Amino acid sequence: MNRLFDLVIIGAGVIGSAIARELSRYRLKIGVLERGPDLLGGTSARNSGVLHAGFNNEPGSKMARFCVEGNRAFDRIAAELDVPYKRTGKLIVGFTADDYDRLLALKARGEQNGAPGFEMVGRERIRELAPAVEGEFALYSGSTGILSPFQYTLGLAENAAKNGAEFFFSHPVTEITRTKDSWLLAAGGEQFETRWVVNAAGLFADRISDMLGIPGYEIYPCRGEYFLLDPRLGPMLPLPAYPVPNYKTGGLGIHLTPTVDGNIMVGPSNEYIDGREDYAVTQKVMDLLIADGSRIFPHLKREFFIRNFSGIRPKLSGKKTGGYHDFVIERRDDLAPRAVNLVGIESPGLTAALPIAHEVIRLIREIEPLEQNPFFDPIRRRIPSFRDKTPEQQAELIRQNPDYGEIICRCETITKAEVLAALRSPLPARTLTGVKYRCRAMMGRCQGGYCQTRLADLLMAETGLSREELLYSREGSWLFTGEVHPQ
Amino acid sequence: MKAVEKKIVIIGAGPAGLAAALRLYDRGERDIVLLEREREPGGILRQCIHDGFGLTRFGETLSGPEYAARFTERAVGLGLEIVTGATVIGLTSGRVVTAATREGLRVYRAQAVILAMGCRERTRGALSIPGRRPSGVFTAGVAQTYMNLKNTMVGREAVILGSGDIGMIMARRLTLEGAHVKAVFEIQPYPSGLPRNIEQCLNDYGIPLYLSHTVTQINGDSRLSSVVVSEVDVARRPIPGTEREIPCDTLILSVGLIPENELTRMAGVQIDPGTAGAVVDEHYQTSIPGIFSAGNVLHVHDLVDFVSLEAEALADSVLEFCSGSLRGCPIEVSGEGCGHVIPQTVSGKADVTVSFRPRRPMRGCIVSAVQDGKRIASKRLPRANPAEMERLSIPAAAFLSQSPIKVVLQDD
Repeated sequence: MNRLFDLVIIGAGVIGSAIARELSRYRLKIGVLERGPDLLGGTSARNSGVLHAGFNNEPGSKMARFCVEGNRAFDRIAAELDVPYKRTGKLIVGFTADDYDRLLALKARGEQNGAPGFEMVGRERIRELAPAVEGEFALYSGSTGILSPFQYTLGLAENAAKNGAEFFFSHPVTEITRTKDSWLLAAGGEQFETRWVVNAAGLFADRISDMLGIPGYEIYPCRGEYFLLDPRLGPMLPLPAYPVPNYKTGGLGIHLTPTVDGNIMVGPSNEYIDGREDYAVTQKVMDLLIADGSRIFPHLKREFFIRNFSGIRPKLSGKKTGGYHDFVIERRDDLAPRAVNLVGIESPGLTAALPIAHEVIRLIREIEPLEQNPFFDPIRRRIPSFRDKTPEQQAELIRQNPDYGEIICRCETITKAEVLAALRSPLPARTLTGVKYRCRAMMGRCQGGYCQTRLADLLMAETGLSREELLYSREGSWLFTGEVHPQ
Repeated sequence: MKAVEKKIVIIGAGPAGLAAALRLYDRGERDIVLLEREREPGGILRQCIHDGFGLTRFGETLSGPEYAARFTERAVGLGLEIVTGATVIGLTSGRVVTAATREGLRVYRAQAVILAMGCRERTRGALSIPGRRPSGVFTAGVAQTYMNLKNTMVGREAVILGSGDIGMIMARRLTLEGAHVKAVFEIQPYPSGLPRNIEQCLNDYGIPLYLSHTVTQINGDSRLSSVVVSEVDVARRPIPGTEREIPCDTLILSVGLIPENELTRMAGVQIDPGTAGAVVDEHYQTSIPGIFSAGNVLHVHDLVDFVSLEAEALADSVLEFCSGSLRGCPIEVSGEGCGHVIPQTVSGKADVTVSFRPRRPMRGCIVSAVQDGKRIASKRLPRANPAEMERLSIPAAAFLSQSPIKVVLQDD
């Protein structure tokens, strides 16, 4: 039997989730089909977590417009969804006269795009803002910030779910057919029938676009590798520090970004690759990250390395053209009626997610009126974070809920209460990394050495999954073969 | 928060904490509390179900749980206060200790604090092994917890990186439980674990050990599918052309232990970059008076017996401190030809034993303590091995001055 929807979104990344959340303001039966077993399996979890100001993009482009809008609107959405973020400002540091000219050009472009708060600063001001950062001068961007890409995506998706959107995980879309007045989607062994389809498939958006009957797009996966540094170094970098970008490569250069959780990230590199899911880290790039990163932040020692990882940009501009291709957000009534097609949503997609969702709604409303959902509730709350509280508040949290007194993750001071909240949220964690992204357990310097076995116990107890069924992250990433001695 | 006054707070009820507590008890001290984050005392020994513990301390060979039971049963029998399920989340230089428990926050103001938190394992992230991020990569201790405490089998076809003791013990354990351990690879030109483990855990089971080899690539989209290993040169750089791919679903990392000194740092105690533990004097006192450190949190030991002995020696000093009579330790100690030396300062007024690890395997060598250019103590070692901790005693009478001491290990 077909599952019936008004609208189906393909992809539950930050874009698909933002669209689902904003559309849940209307009376629509919304389904979200995600190929992975959980949220945060792809690009949305693997990026710099920067709230961009909007000076990197071509004036007049959707990228520029939605980035500036997304930045401006972020305080409100972060308050509604309880997303950790901070308007840190950002430094783009330069060393040569040529750098200086390029920074002036950046500043002019940022101002043209309508972003506020730019200032050229000298060495002394760099030292004041970020004592450990090297540079002769810099462009300071006051509206840039950092945010938790995990909590932003989770917040949007959980709030969408709360307002009625249904999420289907492990549901890769394998076939799309068009009937007279609806779409039929085959996914995860089920058939979905829907009036509207929104393609928010990120790295696979070109394939979905083809399935919808809109040919001609090709996604060029472009990998960026990162190092994650110990939070002990965190206080040395209060705001992101970037080099002068090289637009030919289509990346922003190896930069250093503090995370809202107190780490520092070094990266990303910029490398076109063949595989769309080749989340590898390479020796060559690791060496490059250390060499390049050390130019502006000379404290990169091995003892501070906690982890490396990579993310993949879904770029529409290939290696030959380089640079950026504007976001494609379109309705092609001639080829695919009642479908909104999003392709090439790369950086600054995280910052622009909300305006992108509003653009999708605008395209829908052009041909169909939408009725308000009177029950829409914009608020999503996380449970209080134990480690951010004063001792008095901590004592009170434990008094209210003894699970707060049980520290599961030693490095990040994450309690059982927070792990259970991750396992009992509106879209609960189903994998070990799902738990990690939701509550930060395993993100610390011991990388789960202390808490991993406890998390596995809690995960099995809450989900009813057996040892053999438990997954680390992706489909097929089994953890155990079973019991040592069957009991 | 209201603090409970306590004479001695011990953080960690593993082998070091328990040994210190019992020695304090035996010396008549009763005002002690042990704070333990696990549900039971015993520390890492609880999961070390193999034998080989206790030969030095008890003159017989015991399993980890048996060795721990010698201490825990006695401690429980004597009614020592052990708070389990208590994770210390705060330590100040003023010796205020805050622990989270299900019953609430416990805050103690202590006369003396004993740091006995043990160590943790180095991870893939710290090594930066290139490749993908599949499941199936475990540190040896985590795999040991799963198998020995959680009755959970972690894989079928395993490769072990690092010839640390836990890695070799897990090679045997996996083999005994039906997994196929293909090989152990060690980046150094010599093994990093004890010779007896090479014999009993690898050779007895026909598991090959490759020295000067390391894993240079991890493959697999979801579960680990293979690793690439390469030979390394003297600078430990992979030699191009020596790569070979080994299919496996499990990679066990036994690549080093790191003293767990987060609380130590929080209190502002000075850390020795060589040991990654506190800088201590001959009383095992850190740079902050009244905060003491012993066991694997101070420096990673080869045998638990020495952890117990060190903690017992520490306990004697703690009592002296509490009665206000610790000798000053103005003489600095450093090493040459050996890794870190513990303690880093001595008084020169009492007999003292320094511990150290050789930097490389040696045969027929001599270790000496040198002060003012003169050899004030020495001993011959028929062989020395980085896997084993060595000791040298310096009698009080041997000290010539308050000049620094250099502990020199050289070929005889």
